[in-house]
Amino acid sequence: MCVRALNTPRYTFTMPIQTVFKAEIERISILDEHCEFDEKLGAGLIPDDDLVRLYEAMSSCRYLDEVAFKLQRSGRMGTYPQNMGQEAASLGAAYALRSDDWLVTCYRENCGLFWRGVPMESILLHWMGDERGNAMPAAHYATPIAVPIGTQMLHATGLAWASKYRGESRIACTFFGDGASSEGDFHEAANFAANLDIPVIFCCQSNSWAISVPQRIQCSAPTVAQRGIAYGMPCMQVDGNDIFACVYAVKNAAARARESSRPTFIELVTYRLGDHTTADDARRYRDQAEVDLWKLRDPLIRTRKLLETKRLWDSSKEDAMRQRIEVSVNAAVSRAEEIAAPPTSDVFDHTFAQLPPDLVRQRDSLQTHSLAGEQPVHTEGH
Amino acid sequence: MANLNLVQAINLALIQEMERDERVLLLGEDVGLNGGVFRVTEGLQARFGARRVVDTPLAESGIIGTSIGLAMGGLRPVPEIQFEGFLGPAYDQICSHAARMRTRTRSAFTVPLTIRVPVGGGIHAPELHSDSPEAIYAHQPGIKVVMPSSPYDAKGLLISSIRDPDPVIYFEPKRIYRAFREEVPEDEYTIPIGKARTVCEGTDLTIVSWGSSVIQCMQAIEKSNRSIELIDLRTIYPMDIDAVTESVRKTGRCVIVHEAPRTCGLGAEVAATIMEHCFLHLEAPVQRVSGFDTIMPYYKLELSYLPDALRIGGAIEDALTF
Repeated sequence: MCVRALNTPRYTFTMPIQTVFKAEIERISILDEHCEFDEKLGAGLIPDDDLVRLYEAMSSCRYLDEVAFKLQRSGRMGTYPQNMGQEAASLGAAYALRSDDWLVTCYRENCGLFWRGVPMESILLHWMGDERGNAMPAAHYATPIAVPIGTQMLHATGLAWASKYRGESRIACTFFGDGASSEGDFHEAANFAANLDIPVIFCCQSNSWAISVPQRIQCSAPTVAQRGIAYGMPCMQVDGNDIFACVYAVKNAAARARESSRPTFIELVTYRLGDHTTADDARRYRDQAEVDLWKLRDPLIRTRKLLETKRLWDSSKEDAMRQRIEVSVNAAVSRAEEIAAPPTSDVFDHTFAQLPPDLVRQRDSLQTHSLAGEQPVHTEGH
Repeated sequence: MANLNLVQAINLALIQEMERDERVLLLGEDVGLNGGVFRVTEGLQARFGARRVVDTPLAESGIIGTSIGLAMGGLRPVPEIQFEGFLGPAYDQICSHAARMRTRTRSAFTVPLTIRVPVGGGIHAPELHSDSPEAIYAHQPGIKVVMPSSPYDAKGLLISSIRDPDPVIYFEPKRIYRAFREEVPEDEYTIPIGKARTVCEGTDLTIVSWGSSVIQCMQAIEKSNRSIELIDLRTIYPMDIDAVTESVRKTGRCVIVHEAPRTCGLGAEVAATIMEHCFLHLEAPVQRVSGFDTIMPYYKLELSYLPDALRIGGAIEDALTF
């Protein structure tokens, strides 16, 4: 025993405080709001043809937001969260990922889901109060819209883990907001992924506002990105309104995940140009000047400018695209609205693979004594 | 046949399911190298490797949330939550996701998940290591809740749970983990979820119970000189209503016994079900013997809290002499 030695200070030694760890966060920007383009990082990243398609995808998603807002206001749809301003983040990821990588989203990733092939009417149907909108076909490798905030990152971790377990090269990419990065499940997911070597990409859509709560109340550190450092994973900040930067970051993260089964944390800095949902009024808590500033940083504006600079786009192409989009979005709205409400048995039939006898009795009693025929009451809620 | 206690029966079921189905994997706190704090998973990591028996970080929501992802991804995860009191942090994942994923996606995604959880009091454990929250999860649509009271049932019910296409919470009554042994077939067998067991038949009164309380009920019956039928629910949800109501129609009297607090305990559901189905057959009010609507006491007083043969005997007399 060395108790005596331990208890006897030896003043002759010096114990300088050492730095045991240092970190820095890189910010990636390729196509900035002034349409400056970094050739070094961006050259060859997105072929011109694809860039045109990506621009049309963002424009289409934006138009859906306009239509959806009107649908809600006219009582044809329930509460809807607009994606306006945040189209590039999920689209960049969906473009950079393999089509069979899991896309585990929140509810501001419509653009990425549409790129993946999820039909527009599915998303509409979901917000029209019909679970069948969430019946994602297996081929899309997309999970349902996740309304419970900040819980789906664990599912992404589990999905990627399942792929790794089977020796597949499929990875998972999950989306959530800066508000959700305050949730415990985010931290548990990051910790599991890093410590158990799970190939998952954490994409935080850092859009400044969690309903009315500003980012400084979610995170007092200079970046949300540095939250990933604590879990020992590579992390970075990316201009989330820059489709090139989003593609670049997710592509690198996907390569890391596939090659070394390591997670990455990406903070995609963007801005929610609209209200939180149609039940919200953002004018109550944020300045118009801030919104106006971010309108200049809109991902669509800079992408269009670049296309015009490259002589790939002009106003006649824009007009033609707008017509195409209106036709396709309006057709999706029609298809969604034409889908009749399911029979009341639908409430029961997906509770379990096989219904227990008492649930069968409950189902049958509803069919005999239901109030079917009464008009549903639409109320606004979060 | 082997003479096994409840821990050994569960261990055997896990081995057999893991051998049978490559999709089955275990995860949780201390389940690997240490074999679980109750040694239920003893030897399994050595046998199946760290890929299939995974020591996770200490985070219950993380364990259940990643298990949901594993299940959505086509595997059959069997996570362990170390004590029922630690289910709290995982409640959101269980109720907001595991229970709802099938409904939410109209069966496009399912969560075949078996959550193993030691449950109940009587082992001199610290706070939050002795509770009985089964009614909380029985109240959540979309989850099945199972609680065996014998080694034989433990094995058959666990195999059924792992093979079930939907999420199951499999509560293991820790008070009887090593309390007794019984013959357990070495071959695979299943016990259907949703089917009660008639432990002993009788004509004067029905006792409905589950988990380790079943053992207390058997002691009370031994001390009684009346003909008492004991129904062990085995599955909390979906409850075997037919088994309960058929017995009560026959006996006309019923005592319900559980460790959990009384208010909104499953006993209330059993009693209401009996009222709905057996009203004209009842000779006496349905009696409940339960824990109290208090916080489960620390262990010096836990035996006063838990139903015992004396309290059960009192309720039997009340029902018979009404």
